[in-house]
Amino acid sequence: MSKTQNSYIEPFRHPDHGELNSFGWRWIIHYNILPTPHAKVILRKQNKGRTKVTAVDLKQTVLVDKDLQIRAYYAGHVLGAAMFYAKVGDAAIVYTGDYNMTPDRHLGAAQIDRLQLDLVITESTYATTVRDSKYVREREFLKAVHKCVASGGKVLIPTFALGRAQELCMLLDDYWEQMNLKVPIYLSSGLTIQANMYYKVLINWTSQKVKSTSATRNAFDFKNVHSFDRSMINAPGPCVLLATPGMISGGFSLDVFKQWAPCEQNLIILPGYCVAGTVGHRLLSANSPAKVNVDESTQIDVRCQIHQLSFSLHTDSKGIMDLVKFLSPKHVILVHGEKPKMALLKERIESDFGIPCYYPANNESVCIPSTNYVKAEMSKSFLQSSLSPNFKFLKTISRADADFILNERTESFVQVCDDRVVEGTLAMQKEKQAKIVHQNELMVILGAENHEVQVAYCCPVCVSYELKDVALAPGENMPPVLDKRSLLHLLYTKLSNDFQDVTIQNDGDRLQIESFTVSACLKEKCPHRIHVKPDSTSEAVNFCCMWSMEDEKLAWRVISIMKNLELKTG
Amino acid sequence: MKFTCLSEGRGYYFPPCHIVNISGFRVLLDCPLDLSALSVFSPLPIVISSLLDEKTSNRRDQSSSNSESVRQEVAESLDSKSLIQAEPWYKTVKSLQLWSIYSLDVVLISSPMGMLGLPFLTRLKDFRAKIYATEAASRLGKLMMEDLISMHMELRQFYGPEESGCPQWMTWEKLELLPMALKDIVLGSEGTELGGWMSIYSAADIKGCMEKVQSLKYAEEACYNGSLTIKAFSSGLEIGACNWNILSPKGSIIYLSGSVFASTNATSFDYKALEGSDFLLYSDFTACNDVDGEKNDFPPATGSSLSSDIGSCWETITESWPDSDEYSEEMEKVSFICSCALDTINDGGSVLIPIGRPGVMLQLLENVSLSLDSSNLKVPIYFVSSAAEELLAFSSIIPEWLSSQRKERFYSGQPLFTHIQLSNEKKLLVSPAIHSSEFLTSWQEPCIVFCPHWSLRLGPVVHLLQRWRADPNSLLIVEEGADINLTFLPFKPMSMKVLQCSFISGIKLKKAIPLLKLLQPKHVLVPESLRPHISCWNPKFSVRYFSENETVVMPKLKTYADMDIDMDMASELLNDTKMIQEKSIARLKGELLVEQGKHRLVLGNKQVLSAQVRPLLFLGRVDLDSFLMALQKMGMKATAQHVQSTDGSENVSIVHISAPNEALIEVTSTRTTINVADETTASLVSEAVRSTSVYF
Repeated sequence: MSKTQNSYIEPFRHPDHGELNSFGWRWIIHYNILPTPHAKVILRKQNKGRTKVTAVDLKQTVLVDKDLQIRAYYAGHVLGAAMFYAKVGDAAIVYTGDYNMTPDRHLGAAQIDRLQLDLVITESTYATTVRDSKYVREREFLKAVHKCVASGGKVLIPTFALGRAQELCMLLDDYWEQMNLKVPIYLSSGLTIQANMYYKVLINWTSQKVKSTSATRNAFDFKNVHSFDRSMINAPGPCVLLATPGMISGGFSLDVFKQWAPCEQNLIILPGYCVAGTVGHRLLSANSPAKVNVDESTQIDVRCQIHQLSFSLHTDSKGIMDLVKFLSPKHVILVHGEKPKMALLKERIESDFGIPCYYPANNESVCIPSTNYVKAEMSKSFLQSSLSPNFKFLKTISRADADFILNERTESFVQVCDDRVVEGTLAMQKEKQAKIVHQNELMVILGAENHEVQVAYCCPVCVSYELKDVALAPGENMPPVLDKRSLLHLLYTKLSNDFQDVTIQNDGDRLQIESFTVSACLKEKCPHRIHVKPDSTSEAVNFCCMWSMEDEKLAWRVISIMKNLELKTG
Repeated sequence: MKFTCLSEGRGYYFPPCHIVNISGFRVLLDCPLDLSALSVFSPLPIVISSLLDEKTSNRRDQSSSNSESVRQEVAESLDSKSLIQAEPWYKTVKSLQLWSIYSLDVVLISSPMGMLGLPFLTRLKDFRAKIYATEAASRLGKLMMEDLISMHMELRQFYGPEESGCPQWMTWEKLELLPMALKDIVLGSEGTELGGWMSIYSAADIKGCMEKVQSLKYAEEACYNGSLTIKAFSSGLEIGACNWNILSPKGSIIYLSGSVFASTNATSFDYKALEGSDFLLYSDFTACNDVDGEKNDFPPATGSSLSSDIGSCWETITESWPDSDEYSEEMEKVSFICSCALDTINDGGSVLIPIGRPGVMLQLLENVSLSLDSSNLKVPIYFVSSAAEELLAFSSIIPEWLSSQRKERFYSGQPLFTHIQLSNEKKLLVSPAIHSSEFLTSWQEPCIVFCPHWSLRLGPVVHLLQRWRADPNSLLIVEEGADINLTFLPFKPMSMKVLQCSFISGIKLKKAIPLLKLLQPKHVLVPESLRPHISCWNPKFSVRYFSENETVVMPKLKTYADMDIDMDMASELLNDTKMIQEKSIARLKGELLVEQGKHRLVLGNKQVLSAQVRPLLFLGRVDLDSFLMALQKMGMKATAQHVQSTDGSENVSIVHISAPNEALIEVTSTRTTINVADETTASLVSEAVRSTSVYF
């Protein structure tokens, strides 16, 4: 037996939340691997020089070294986002990163196999929120944009370079097509058209619908999207501009914001979440119209409308619960959320599914026991015996009379169950792997022979003849026509009434309960018959009983009933 | 494990086909079509190319009428008229029909070419197997099948609707009249292959087939029936082509199909994933052809003025294992072809490239356009195929299936292929068919045309070949094939230049043995023709050889399969062991989970478990003396008596117990029967038996 291994997992956060699969960073350092082609592109862009990155494809099982095996699953958060499954020996975990359980217009829902897991580490940004359909939220967003441009306003959408920008472009481009709008949509130079090229190639990461239409037209071939030049900031007429950085923390989106915010016609679309200290955060917390300090010296009079993107790329609490239920791991760790909400979610996970759940703080270690299996070998006949069905038929009517069953078929039914219990023998020898064999093979292994031990008793049972019409002829002691089968059937009927908790099999010649068998014995001399005082009061018929030792109790229970029995024929 | 090779195949276009039995499951490896056999049919006799150019001057009237009278009595000399003039049928792997379709459990497709015959199987009512193919292979395979149908339709329109039953040419009278060369192809060298011919499948058959395919990514685990874990690893032969790793409870099996170490476009051969298997099925026949040394020296009578046999000079390349320079080799070939094409264009001729390998074709497309650009030639490139548009669109969204060079381009911000840009710039003109008006209006000569089909019997290539065959300035680029003489037959006399080239389609002999050394399998199954090379090298692992239609039974690896025991259960078991003959024995009872090819024992439901009692197991025999002693200790009066059993074969000892209650115990060497009338005595005697014998 090998010693128990423990997995140590420390939660940590990535500063650029929502854009990157934060899982990768630690793993890059240790294992020289990471994410999906898309995430790799981002890494290239943002982190030049980090060359020890290998792109993995969804569902591809990568053997990092001889112990560690990882696999990526589609997460549906942004393009290229993945959940990671990692396995070391028998211990396995899933790290979700950010994911989304509901499909939207362009991205599919997270997809994962049912896995045997010790631990699931899930994000919990929306630990307590339950959101309705994303389609409604998307509509709201599009309506707000449409309303603004229809009245000649300019729309500013600050966003991060990759991922969200392309998705919003898709959304807008689709809508523009539908509504036949001609207002230009611009991407700022930070979001070059070239970045779109990656997305054209990565069409396989979008939803099924987008993928299936890609043969005719790639969804990232935007018809209405153009690149934006700084000189166009003050150009007249309505437009939609997607500019970096998101949250208006500086740069180009701040420049545009300064110009456009004072005009009432204009609209600024803010992401659902802005880091404290950014202009975006200040805008969200202030009531419009308001004055906002963009830096120490400048104050902007914000008169424009502000719309908050309410469709989030994160899963809601229902999604988290669904995922945890689906995966049914042995433990859950919540990361990436607000403490009080995480505490509530932890309660729910523990009470609903009975899975221990943790939400450690940054730099806090949680120790989780991992699964280990003992390796053994099994023989073919053991496996075959385990796989063969073990049907049991439970009668669910109180009357056990077979004749009645035939007549009242509608009222009686038989319950079939197939509880397969594996039975075998584990044989261990020093310095050899443990073997699991079928009982019959054990003798060969041990080099011994089976010795059968049985207990037997030929039990007399009183029989009375109720012959109404024909009187017994004085010379005839033996019953006229009483064969073994009918005697046995009489006994069967009696016993069935008394033993409703066990199954009695009647194959005509004998009854069987577990290892206990009974058959009518009409022999003059039976070896199993022990001399007992003959009961002179009534006729007796002998029944031979045989059983193995382990059914001793049952056997004597049956026999005691048989002894006190009076079988009535007629 | 049993292995049967149904067909050794022939190179890239006709991959091998085998059946393997793996722990009770029957697995079919590939289901190809022998499309080279199409050469027995005559191509469309009508010269549509006249549509392209009204003022055609040098067109020789090739009015090969389809009237029966033209066909003379047995024409031993092969000419274009001896070809079968009928709607073509397709040659499948004959031996596959000897197997019951119903008995197939799994079909593994290792390249797009390997699935062309699949609809013939899947349309059968009895077909119930699960098909696995990589996503890219199934997509390319589907495109190829659909393209085949659309090209075939042209011929069907010409010959009219299919006659029911056996076509005319398949009757024995007609077959007898065929020249030897054609008869060999139709009937096979042993005259048994006529049954392998099938009429084309329908679009519905393809659709039905694709619905049954489960597509996988490279290295994605698929689990069949809980016991076979199947993984595909790139083989480098083609985009989406793969080798298979099948993990069964009895051991791991690698199916190694034609593999290329450094492919130009496809992901390279992932041989590291194939290391250390129990069985390796070596099904790459490239090395066997190396052995033969037959480099297809074609008779000069092909009518080609430039029969440049560059193939042979390409072969003389030194390799240093494992550093492979296959990539640069292939790129050299490509650039040589480009330079030939460029020369032809400079001479005012056109170039016709009917190459059927998607990877090579895409590479050529890109390089030809680059070399045109670099020499400032404004010559249109046409890609005429019903699959053209979809192939180009598909190839530009599959970075995960492409070579590291292509991926590198993608990461550095360039498109995977330049063809999207080329068609935007109108340098590349894509058309589904040669008779589309768009194509005809844009037609311009000289030009470069990529089009199917490589057999030169179907598709746009037939028309263009008839147009250009007499033009000594034009160039036809074809791959080395089985019988180039027969292939060119309907187009003779040809004054067109022909460039024959060969592209790498497997592991060369020089690399085969180092590869096997590296992979270190326990058992290897290799083609018979490799025997001299393998046996002289004396490998450490056991080697078996196979040839077509022979079943090889592989040695059993393990009599015991692996199993995992849950920790809880293991600790419970350990508390319950008994030492018998220096072995610890424990009774085991629990639930068996079979999942992902793994067997796992867990404690299971207590209630269900306790409901089942297993009989005690007694070993050896009851020692009579100590048994009597034990009985007496319990205060019983017991006497023993030895008698012969009724049939006299056994010694029976009978123990009488007279007090306190009567009982009779019969002991033989194999059984003990306790005859007793009351419970107390019974339990006491039982106790005595237990205490004096080994039981478990």
